[in-house]
Amino acid sequence: MTERITKSMAKNIYYGGGTFALLIFIALTFDTVHQIPERSNEVNMTENVVHGKKLWEKYNCVGCHTIVGEGAYYAPELMNVFQRRGASDESAFKAYMQGWMAAQPLDTPNRRKMPQFNLSNEEVDNLSDFLIWTSKIDANEWPPTIEG
Amino acid sequence: MKYSSQAVAKPYFIFALILLAGEILFGLLMAIQYLYGDFLFPLVPFNVLRMVHTNLLIVLLLNGFMGATYYLIPEEAERELWSPKLAIITFWVFAAAGVATILGYLFVPYATLTELTFNNLLPTMGREFLEQPLPTKVGIVLVVVSYVFNTIMTVLLGRRTVITTVLITGLLGLAVFFLFAFYVPENLIMDKFFWWFTVHLWVEATWELIMGAILAFVLIKTTGVDREHIDKWLYLIIAMTMVSGILGTGHHFFFMGAPEYWLWIGSISSAVEPLPFFLMILFAFTMARDRKIQHENEIALTWAKGTAVIAFIGAGVWGFFHTLAPVNMFTHGTQLTAAHGHLSFYGAYIMIMFTMISYAMPIMRGRPHGNSKPAQKRELTSFWMMNIGMIGLTLALSAAGIVQILDQRVGTDLIGFMESQESIAGIYTIRAAFGVLVLAGLLTYFSSFFMKEENA
Repeated sequence: MTERITKSMAKNIYYGGGTFALLIFIALTFDTVHQIPERSNEVNMTENVVHGKKLWEKYNCVGCHTIVGEGAYYAPELMNVFQRRGASDESAFKAYMQGWMAAQPLDTPNRRKMPQFNLSNEEVDNLSDFLIWTSKIDANEWPPTIEG
Repeated sequence: MKYSSQAVAKPYFIFALILLAGEILFGLLMAIQYLYGDFLFPLVPFNVLRMVHTNLLIVLLLNGFMGATYYLIPEEAERELWSPKLAIITFWVFAAAGVATILGYLFVPYATLTELTFNNLLPTMGREFLEQPLPTKVGIVLVVVSYVFNTIMTVLLGRRTVITTVLITGLLGLAVFFLFAFYVPENLIMDKFFWWFTVHLWVEATWELIMGAILAFVLIKTTGVDREHIDKWLYLIIAMTMVSGILGTGHHFFFMGAPEYWLWIGSISSAVEPLPFFLMILFAFTMARDRKIQHENEIALTWAKGTAVIAFIGAGVWGFFHTLAPVNMFTHGTQLTAAHGHLSFYGAYIMIMFTMISYAMPIMRGRPHGNSKPAQKRELTSFWMMNIGMIGLTLALSAAGIVQILDQRVGTDLIGFMESQESIAGIYTIRAAFGVLVLAGLLTYFSSFFMKEENA
C-alpha cells in the first residue's frame, strides 16, 4: 500500500489534512463557546456558585471525585449528587451536605476516607450551590443513571 | 557520540528514570489505598498520592523529551547544540522546580499551598493534571521556551531534516497548548472545554509528533534504512495523527456540556485515531525487516518495535473500545478510562523514552555498539516484566470498569459507587500485584545499567 505513496504526497496530506482539521476545530470551538452559556444555564451562575467552584479547586476535590465524568475514580461522581442525595430538593440537599461534610472522615475501618476540610457553614452552602448548578447542565443525557 | 554537546542529554535521562521510579511507587501506594482506605490516611490522602503520581509522569516525560531532543538534534542538524550551557541550566531549574513542587504536595495541605503560591491572583490550581502552583506553571513555560528556542536555533544554524521539522512542530504545539493551563473561566463547562486543549492536544496530537520524530531517528540509526524512506513514513504517520487527533478532541466533549455535534465529530475522528499507531507498527517492523546494517545494540530496536505495538494496543485499541459516543455514555468516568490511560502513556511515551535511552545511553557511556550481551539480555527481561505488568494491570482496570458499569449503569438492580467498589476489591488486588511486577521490571532495568562490561 505504502509503495504507491511518495514522500511529497505524504507531506501534502500532512500539511493539507492538518490545516483542514485545525480550521474545522477552530470554527467549532467558536460555536461551542457561543453555546456553552445556554447549555450550562450561565444566567443561574450566581456569586455563590462561582465561589463554590473556587472551593472545589482549592480543596482539589477532583483528586478523588469525578464531576461531569472527569476526575479521579476513587470517590463518587458528583454531577448528580443533588438528585441522588438531595432528591432534587435544594434545602434538603444543603442540610444533607452540612451534615455530611461535618461527619468526615467517617470512622468505618478501611472505608475510603474523605479528609475533614473544616469548611464554614457558608462555604459548604457555596459548594452545594455549585453542585446544584452543575446538576442542571445539559450534558447530552449523561449520566445514564442516578448512581452516576 | 558525534557531537560533545549531545552529552547534556544524560542528566535528563537519569532524572527522568528516577522520577519514573517515584511515579510507579506512588501508583502502588494508591493501589493499596484503593483497597485499605486507612492506609496512609490522614497523613497522605488519596488526592495527594494521585497528584504526585500524575505530575511525576508529566515532569518525567518532559525530561525525557528534552533529553531525547538534545541528543538527536545535534546529529540531525550536524552541528553542536546552540547552547549546551542553557540546556544544563534549564535542567537544574526544572529539576529544582519539580522536586519543590512534589515536596509541596506532600508536606503542605493543598488548600494552604494555593494560598502560599498566589493562586488567588490567577487561579489555575485544583484541576486534574494541572494542579501545579502558579510559580511552577510559570517555571514550566520558561523551561519549555528555552528548550524550544535552543532546539530551533540549533536547527536554523545547521541542517534541516524532516525529523527536525516534525520535532519542532511538536515542540511548538506543546508550548502553545500549555498556555491554556492559565485560562480558567468561572463557568465549569467552559473551563473543562479549554482544559482539554492542553491535556488532549498534548497527548493525542503534539506529543505524537515528538514520539514519531524520536522513533524515526532511532530507526535510522539502528537499521541504516535510507532516510528518504523513513521520511515518507514519518509524514504519513503524523498526517494521520493530525487528521484524527485534532478533531478527535471531540471524544472528550460528548458528555460534559458541549453541543451535540461533537458526538458525531468526536466519534468519527477518533475512530481513525488508532491508524497512526498502526502505521507505526508497520513502520518499525518494515524498517527492521529491510535493515541495511546489523546494529549490535539489538535491545534499542526491540524497544522501538515494542513502543509501536504497545502504543497501538493502549492508545489505539483501548481508546477505540470506548470512543464511540453510544458506548462512551456508559464508560465515561469509569476505570476503563484509567485502563486506557495507563497502557497508552506507557506504550507511547514511557516506551519511546526507553527506546531513546537504550540507544543513546550506551553511546554516551562510551559503548558505541551498545551494552554487553548479558546487559542487553537483562534489559530484555525487564522489557517483558514491565510489558506484562502494564498489560496485566490494564486488563484488571478494564475488568473493574466493566463491573462498575454493570453495577451502576446497566439494568434495574443498580447499586451505588461505594458498594460497587467493594465488589471490585478482588480485581484491585490483582491490579496491585501487576503493579509490583512493573516496579520489579523497572528495578531489573536499572540493574542492567550497573552490569560490568566484559571487554571494557
